Amino acid sequence: MSDKVLMLGNEAFARGAYEAGCKVSAAYPGTPSTEISEAIVKYDGIYSEWSPNEKVALEVAIGASISGVRALASMKHVGLNVAADPLFTASYTGVNGGLVVIVADDPGLYSSQNEQDTRAIARAAKIPVLEPADSQEAKEFVKFAFELSEKYDTPVIVRSTTRLSHSQGLVELNERLDIEDKPYVRDIAKYVMMPGNAKQRHLVVESRELALIKDSCDFPINKVEYKDSKIGVITSGIPYQYVKEALPEASVLKLGIVNPLPRKLIEEFASRVETLYIIEELDPVIEEQVKSWGINAIGKDILTVQGEYSANMLRRAIKGENISLLPAAELPNRPPILCPGCPHRSVYSVLKKLKIHGAGDIGCYTLGAVAPLGVVDTTICMGASISSLHGMEKAKGKEYIKNWVAVIGDSTFLHTGINSLINMVYNKSTGTVLILDNSTTGMTGHQDHAATGKTLKGEDTYAVDLEALCKAVGVPNVYVVDAFDINLLEKTVKEAVASDELAVIIAKAPCALLDKSPVTKQYTVNQENCKKCGQCMKPGCPAITKTENSEIVINDTMCNGCGLCESLCKFNAICSIKVR
Amino acid sequence: METKNIMIVGVGGQGTLLTSRILGGLTIQAGYDVKLSEVHGMAQRGGSVVTFVRYGKKVYEPIVEEGQADILIAFEKLEALRYAHFLKKDGVIILNDQRIDPMPVVIGAAKYPSDIIENLSSNHRIYRINAIDEAKKLGNSKVFNMIVLGMAAKHMNFSKEEWLNVIEKTVPPKTIDINKRAFEIGYGLGE
Repeated sequence: MSDKVLMLGNEAFARGAYEAGCKVSAAYPGTPSTEISEAIVKYDGIYSEWSPNEKVALEVAIGASISGVRALASMKHVGLNVAADPLFTASYTGVNGGLVVIVADDPGLYSSQNEQDTRAIARAAKIPVLEPADSQEAKEFVKFAFELSEKYDTPVIVRSTTRLSHSQGLVELNERLDIEDKPYVRDIAKYVMMPGNAKQRHLVVESRELALIKDSCDFPINKVEYKDSKIGVITSGIPYQYVKEALPEASVLKLGIVNPLPRKLIEEFASRVETLYIIEELDPVIEEQVKSWGINAIGKDILTVQGEYSANMLRRAIKGENISLLPAAELPNRPPILCPGCPHRSVYSVLKKLKIHGAGDIGCYTLGAVAPLGVVDTTICMGASISSLHGMEKAKGKEYIKNWVAVIGDSTFLHTGINSLINMVYNKSTGTVLILDNSTTGMTGHQDHAATGKTLKGEDTYAVDLEALCKAVGVPNVYVVDAFDINLLEKTVKEAVASDELAVIIAKAPCALLDKSPVTKQYTVNQENCKKCGQCMKPGCPAITKTENSEIVINDTMCNGCGLCESLCKFNAICSIKVR
Repeated sequence: METKNIMIVGVGGQGTLLTSRILGGLTIQAGYDVKLSEVHGMAQRGGSVVTFVRYGKKVYEPIVEEGQADILIAFEKLEALRYAHFLKKDGVIILNDQRIDPMPVVIGAAKYPSDIIENLSSNHRIYRINAIDEAKKLGNSKVFNMIVLGMAAKHMNFSKEEWLNVIEKTVPPKTIDINKRAFEIGYGLGE
């Protein structure tokens, strides 16, 4: 037996793909799925890439599958929305080489804009879903998913959640399977989804569903643990772990496949227990189906559709245990904030001064919505900043948006923002788009993208020139400004929003966390000059605080030396010091 | 052995992930089943972060729940108080005596509590140190987390050699020496 190693769920997913003989992997970074690709890139024998968005990533994987190799796409739950178009039709075409999609949901919204349940999308697309409960299963289920994909001629989704993706557990490693490439055979009835062919494929999908409902009862990834017959629990994924902690005496049916449901297996289990509970995070996907078969069960009547579960939650809800605990202290919150030295703060300080509203987007810069910055008014999904600004202009006229801009990051712009910008050009918008170009995909932990000049593997590649791109699609006014040059930025924003022509301002400065070398310059407050006016504190740099006797001080363990505070001080009270 | 529950809490960017990974490496080296739960993504950006480490014969859930923690390693005072109710009655707090104002305090919308230490001491055993100052003496304030971990190590059943061995395997090669020295300072002060 090989040694066991400690792996994040996401690292185990990657290992599973490697061991399964997967040859192509594509993804767009998104918490909590990002580390899957970051782990895959370390294995030889798999081509892996960051694609500009999830739709592209899935289509890359579909192409690889059609050509005859095992292929993987991975994404977060909302990424699956972007990839929904190819997903729904790949369900009809089926596969050649195995095609697996790992999708990570985010119950509790650690880093997402909604709490949607991937199983509901998979049901609509009629695609099987497997749900592992720990790192070992994460690896094994991916391997099983590839087998299933080829056997049943279907894409297979492996569903994760934040808690699984970002927990580490022990994993036993195996060798990589030697999977031979399949030959490609032209088959337009299967791969060209025009109406006549798709009608026939729909029949194939329906009979595949029926076969899976029957066959899945015998899949080894389902586990039945009969103990006390008083309480029976149907569960899957991470909630299984809470069930084992809270209800060690209960009989448990742990489903490895959660779509379609293995009906016979469930019916038999239900018939052997007195009270049946269905314990699943997020939507009652299993529960509603089981109840529709006439089986009595308790689920969302006593458990929530929101957030993560826990063993204590089950002890209270199911056993009625009164767990006496020390109360949590009532304390000031500590919400996430832009880092010290973040270039977004500099840009936002200018927008705030000019009282400009931001149609926002998805990234660290979404944090510009909260105090003390308060410049981002909307955040919907990737790319929506630009298109929603366009919608506002068309609704209320060009004068109305003269105190609005769209703010979007460089990676998000290439993800889906570019389409929206083309629409602004095409449909004659006059608005202003600010691309906050920090040379990376920041929020997810610094992944490269098409404009950074590096691939996922770290190889040099062509770097898309954002300025040239915007000009090429027809934006008449494109400015490139240093994000920390607040005077020039202010002048440029004023000019752009006042103008009756479409403008893009690319505010450039690398993410403060990109440069890992030690800080060589920091700032300090000269208390003699300081008038305590508080201008330097307005943008909310966490390194600047007021002491109890109202002195403004800069914390030397946090200051990143960006100099924004110095630019804001009118009394020369903030000066730079060399460190190291 | 009953499962041991350890929590590492602090402010995003303080190095809770590295610390928990050292703990994880240590426990598997000793042959335990272990699960770690981490925080990535938006919450990491200067927010309140908590990492769980559980080890024992067989570990199911990867999180530590209220009233279950044996040791709370806190890199910041307010965060120590925020998670103190996760401790068992006889649980221990290892505290880096540092204050980092959260944004509501910075902008004057909330007050940083002044009685944190008294509050923590009234319910729990607490060991504290200004690890930032100690780390600065070593020449790099960032290794403060190893000093705190060294203090916590005194309350766990692993030998100093086992700890140093895992630190060597886990931290970036260039920083092995300073991290080990930082750990030893904490270890010497742990009781």
